[in-house]
Amino acid sequence: MERNEIETIAYLARLELREGEIPAYQKSLSSILDFVGELDRADTAGVAPMAHPLPGLAQALRADEVTEHDERERYQRNAPQAEAGLYLVPKVIE
Amino acid sequence: MSEFSRRSLAELAAGLRAREFSSVELARDALARIEATQPKLNALISITHDLALAQAAAADREIAAGRGAALTGIPLLHKDLFCTQGVRTSCGSRMLDNFVSPYDATVVARLRSQGMVMLGKTNMDEFAMGSSNETSFYGPVRNPWDLRLVPGGSSGGSAAAVAARLAPAATATDTGGSIRQPAALCGVTGIKPTYGRVSRYGMVAFASSLDQGGILTRSAEDAALVLRAMAGFDPRDSTSVDRPVPDYAAALERPVAGLKVGLLKEFFDKGLDPENERLVRAALRVFEQLGAKLEEVSLPNIALSVPAYYVVAPAEASSNLARYDGVRYGYRCTAPRDLGDLYRRTRGEGFGAEVKRRIMTGTYVLSAGYYDAYYLKAQKVRQLIASDFARAFREVDVIMGPTTPTPAFELGAKTADPITMYLNDIYTIGANLAGLPALSVPCGFVGKLPVGLQIIGPHFAEERLLNAAHALQRETDWHRRAPAEFA
Repeated sequence: MERNEIETIAYLARLELREGEIPAYQKSLSSILDFVGELDRADTAGVAPMAHPLPGLAQALRADEVTEHDERERYQRNAPQAEAGLYLVPKVIE
Repeated sequence: MSEFSRRSLAELAAGLRAREFSSVELARDALARIEATQPKLNALISITHDLALAQAAAADREIAAGRGAALTGIPLLHKDLFCTQGVRTSCGSRMLDNFVSPYDATVVARLRSQGMVMLGKTNMDEFAMGSSNETSFYGPVRNPWDLRLVPGGSSGGSAAAVAARLAPAATATDTGGSIRQPAALCGVTGIKPTYGRVSRYGMVAFASSLDQGGILTRSAEDAALVLRAMAGFDPRDSTSVDRPVPDYAAALERPVAGLKVGLLKEFFDKGLDPENERLVRAALRVFEQLGAKLEEVSLPNIALSVPAYYVVAPAEASSNLARYDGVRYGYRCTAPRDLGDLYRRTRGEGFGAEVKRRIMTGTYVLSAGYYDAYYLKAQKVRQLIASDFARAFREVDVIMGPTTPTPAFELGAKTADPITMYLNDIYTIGANLAGLPALSVPCGFVGKLPVGLQIIGPHFAEERLLNAAHALQRETDWHRRAPAEFA
């Protein structure tokens, strides 16, 4: 894998890579992609992709009724920074 | 061994109901063993000492009032992937080191409502990605049979804890083999149920179409008791199957005469250690002696299960782990310059190397231009593998074979190249891709190292698997052996 490909994937995944990590990722990702390239050998003509393992499992639906309660305060106790019910992040818009 | 750690779960339950000892005594004994063994094994991430004693005292009150049930007062460990209200739930990662869960996973709530007593949260490979418990932020877990060796992963802490007699049961999860492989390497019994059998609500997601919660115990009999309490429809998990849960314990004693056992041709290959093979075949002869009929079956596409998995699982992981962004919970990098820097550095610092590698792989195979070649292709191969299994199960009732290619290996032995580590899952991954139930039971020792026999069944055949495992455990005593240092 090329260096710029690694940088693009890291950007898509929002992962900061340190300079020294890039060659290691080039190597390991190339190795993994070679390994999974074995899949090309399979004849999958006319085979439907399997998204999950139980045939016939459909998305379960329920009545459109309110069943949950507002527990924002409890959930926000784990927030790195929260104030007035809002999660704080660095300024996005100037 | 303390008088308690020797007893089976069923024996402990009987002793509690007969008031021979109390749940508080059991909890104190277990907590003492945990404290004493923690420096050597590192099997736990959090020890919930006070909570355990409070839950035990409540269980004792239930028993005294005549309301004790099969699992009331029995000590239990939870893999640190299950959300536990008010208790750290770290998933073995720096990313969630500071995360105290505001709610209980369904599995946790169900077992608590049955009166089980939580002693703590077990160590695991980070976000369940690994086969050796070497990727944990909290350090590796060691195999109680030989402390230089790995216990397997990702549920290494749960397996090591049960093997070392710290608790009679520990919850665990299995996405590519993470219950069965450590069960095999640690000489314990571990079952991964059918996809959809056990609720995934509150079970931190790794690969949503593969993940399944299960249990590690020292016997099929004990597993049957706990699995019954864990399993069942949950409206909060949209992949949960609405199907009644049988009384798994009631089916255990059925004779296995006439059981059609398939031996997978492709699993008895050159990658299988000859000593492992010898022990697995010896266990198969026990089934023959009991009247089971052995025949060879073939799954022509099974060799593609590891490559298919290492496309599908990282793809799903890259999506599931996108939620860890330093905004709402978990780790946040210091002094982020802007939003992008917040995301990138939080994730770059919060995740370990293997997790990042899998996120990168998953992001790549889902990205524009590669989706069809990799992800879609892998999903089609997945269908081929599932069809192979379905065809085999028209001829046989169960498939038996090795759980792992070798016994436990040394810490650090397989960390240089990811593919070497990935190939540990070669026999286990197929069942995850096809959503099939599968378990591992001890079938002997290579020197002092345990070896596991794997039993795979068609969807919802947990009864049949536990029955077969129990039949083996009536004829052999591999499952009763304890590692010398923890006996």
